[in-house]
Amino acid sequence: MSAVPAAPARQAPARGARRSPSRRSGVRGREAVAGWLFISPMIVILGLFLVVPVLMAAWVSVSDWTGRGSPLSPDVGFVGGANYQKLVSGGGLATQDFGTALRNNAWYVLLVVPIQTALSLFLAVMVNRKALRGRSIFRTAFYFPSVTSSVAITVLFLFLFSASGAVNKLLSYLSISGPNWFADARGVVHVVLGAVGIHTGPAALTDHGFLGITWWEWLAGPSVAMSVFILMAVFTTSGTFMLLFIAALQQISGEVEEAALMDGATPWQRFRFVTLPMLRPTMFTVVTLGLIGCWQVFDQIYTGTQGGPAKTTLTPAYLSYQSSFEGQQWGRGAAIAFVLFAIIVVLTLVQRFILRERGVPRRRRAVLSTRSGESAAVPGAGAQR
Amino acid sequence: MRHTATRLATIVAGGALLLTACGGGSGFDKGSAAASGSATESVPAASGGDITVLIGSSGEAETDAVTKAVQAWSDKSGVKATVNVASDLNQELAQGFAAGSPPDVFYTSTDQLAGYVANGSLYAYGDKAAAAGDFFPSLKDNFTVDGTFYCAPKDFSTLALIINTAAWSAAGLTDGDIPTDWDSLAAAAKKLTTADQVGLSFGPEYQRLGVFMKQAGGGLIDDTGKKAIVDSAENEKALTFVQQMLKDGVLKFPSQVDSGWGGEAFGTKKAAMTIEGNWIVGAMKSNYPDVTYKVAPLPAGPGGKGTLQFTNCWGIAADSDNQGGAVELVDFLTSTDQQLAFADAFGVMPSVQSAADQFRTKFADQAAFLDSVDFASGMPTVTGATDVISDFNGKIEGLATADVKGVLSSVQGNLQAALDSAG
Repeated sequence: MSAVPAAPARQAPARGARRSPSRRSGVRGREAVAGWLFISPMIVILGLFLVVPVLMAAWVSVSDWTGRGSPLSPDVGFVGGANYQKLVSGGGLATQDFGTALRNNAWYVLLVVPIQTALSLFLAVMVNRKALRGRSIFRTAFYFPSVTSSVAITVLFLFLFSASGAVNKLLSYLSISGPNWFADARGVVHVVLGAVGIHTGPAALTDHGFLGITWWEWLAGPSVAMSVFILMAVFTTSGTFMLLFIAALQQISGEVEEAALMDGATPWQRFRFVTLPMLRPTMFTVVTLGLIGCWQVFDQIYTGTQGGPAKTTLTPAYLSYQSSFEGQQWGRGAAIAFVLFAIIVVLTLVQRFILRERGVPRRRRAVLSTRSGESAAVPGAGAQR
Repeated sequence: MRHTATRLATIVAGGALLLTACGGGSGFDKGSAAASGSATESVPAASGGDITVLIGSSGEAETDAVTKAVQAWSDKSGVKATVNVASDLNQELAQGFAAGSPPDVFYTSTDQLAGYVANGSLYAYGDKAAAAGDFFPSLKDNFTVDGTFYCAPKDFSTLALIINTAAWSAAGLTDGDIPTDWDSLAAAAKKLTTADQVGLSFGPEYQRLGVFMKQAGGGLIDDTGKKAIVDSAENEKALTFVQQMLKDGVLKFPSQVDSGWGGEAFGTKKAAMTIEGNWIVGAMKSNYPDVTYKVAPLPAGPGGKGTLQFTNCWGIAADSDNQGGAVELVDFLTSTDQQLAFADAFGVMPSVQSAADQFRTKFADQAAFLDSVDFASGMPTVTGATDVISDFNGKIEGLATADVKGVLSSVQGNLQAALDSAG
């Protein structure tokens, strides 16, 4: 779940060496049996509710199951990669929808993850200052949106951003006539380009495409409606991640800060070269959780827009639900879920590679990894929701 | 040591209990479903197992009316029957079908019909229904797949033009101005458009805009049911007409005037006219009782009169263990008197012709809806059509600035692909 870099692995040989044959057959051997027995309820529960359903979904994604009876019954046939093939290279509506959903969600991730990480780090640094009065009030206030259910917040945002809602009212005082947020399907990049007089893309972009939609459409940016969801995601989750950053900040001892102060580092330098590197493991956690949560966005879409306007808030998770339950294309729905899974895994690996520790002397790295072991214990499960 | 052993045994036993409990409830367990089925099969069909009815209700009025009717039948027949209201009907039905234990009787929409027929979930009892000969032919067609009449139409609705009479006379319009063709519709909408009221508003979807395609003589699928005719000149004419009204600002989609649907825009007086079905009657009565309105048949287009009809049927599960009882229940629910009671309770139109005259006398103000059945067309039921229509709806949202020809030709391609793969 969280960053567990090299440290435990390096300790492993030492532990292995202790395991001598004489010990294994003694009391410790019985302990192993007891240990397995103790964890068996959890293994059974996880297996039943996690592993079995996942394997079943994997089977559905390569089968022609129609939704009636068990997918494991003998009438259900194996169709190989047909569902996946239709999704990525079929060229039909399935491909277009999938491409659109990926486009929407990619923009969502691209904007939400960096903004929420930066904002939560900023908030954490602010409320972590010892000089700040009423720190706990601020912490509670910033954390509050994370505690509220996403459905409730979505409904609230639907009202705030309706055509004559509070936000547009506010904008009207500034003589700006706000858009009809949740009904506006224009991509913000297209809106900006339109403002400088570019209304149609160059032929190089409009004539070619990927996954059934043109490059010009890929570059449209999040629609105005999607932008509201982006804002909402940043609003609701930055509090959670702020908490993770606060916990990590409190792990940094005051001496380090003092030492930097003695060396004549400016506040910015202290933050950039002392604090930030020490937050790397937490940063990894936050970005990973953010990435996963953002690619799985569903409840806001389900309660808010159901993919509209003009499919610009369609996401792969919602499309998977829609194909299965509304369209009764169960194989396709499961295939979408697995492609989504692959995307998340690949992106997490890429991000892990980018955030890896580079050019740090061996000795310091050991210190840092001990730290990361500590901060891995920070509570942060299910942060995105 | 002994302590630990006892504790261990308890945990193991607990774990085993948990295992069996979960095994039984996993839902995909074919064995248990089959077992429960065979246990009740020995009971005579008509008075057999309990019947569950799953409905997707429009509100309290509908829930109450259906529950009361089902209860009445239950008392009469002695078969226990319960009504459940689904918050997400398709999803709950899907769970039931997958688990092999679906509700016995449930609402089935035209867009889900083909899917349920294809996977064999539906019991085809249409011709055995008591009212089989009495249903409106266009409704019967809507629930017929490959020559088999699957399920009894529950009730139906058609679209008509709803006019706010106060706004109408305020704009200096009289009964003689009620639109009969496209030009008079556009003219009336223009006159009714003021600073805080738009002339006409309806949802950006084929389910509304389709009426103009029908009136122009177009549509989605030709009479053979094998060929898509979306990119026809008639449809282009229809979309261009609607686009022109959007550009002129006399037609706005509900979301542009802060409303969730046409009825809300109409009820809150943000729109003076809307195109909606007879469900609007109930909504007006309960939410906007002070708005006076009149229902007129939709104007004719260059291709004549046209409107869309919407209907659900009473689906009976192929896996039901009391199909005989379920058919009896449906016969009761689709009987002339019961349908009139439903019409009274939540503003639907009876699906049987024998109730038409009584409906006209009882609900004279809604006669326009019933009269429209003569030129109404149903929604396509072919597999995959739902996706195509929802994609089309997405494009309709951007109609004001869209390239009409491009929209139609892309929908044509998608629909033809769906028709080809459906065979």
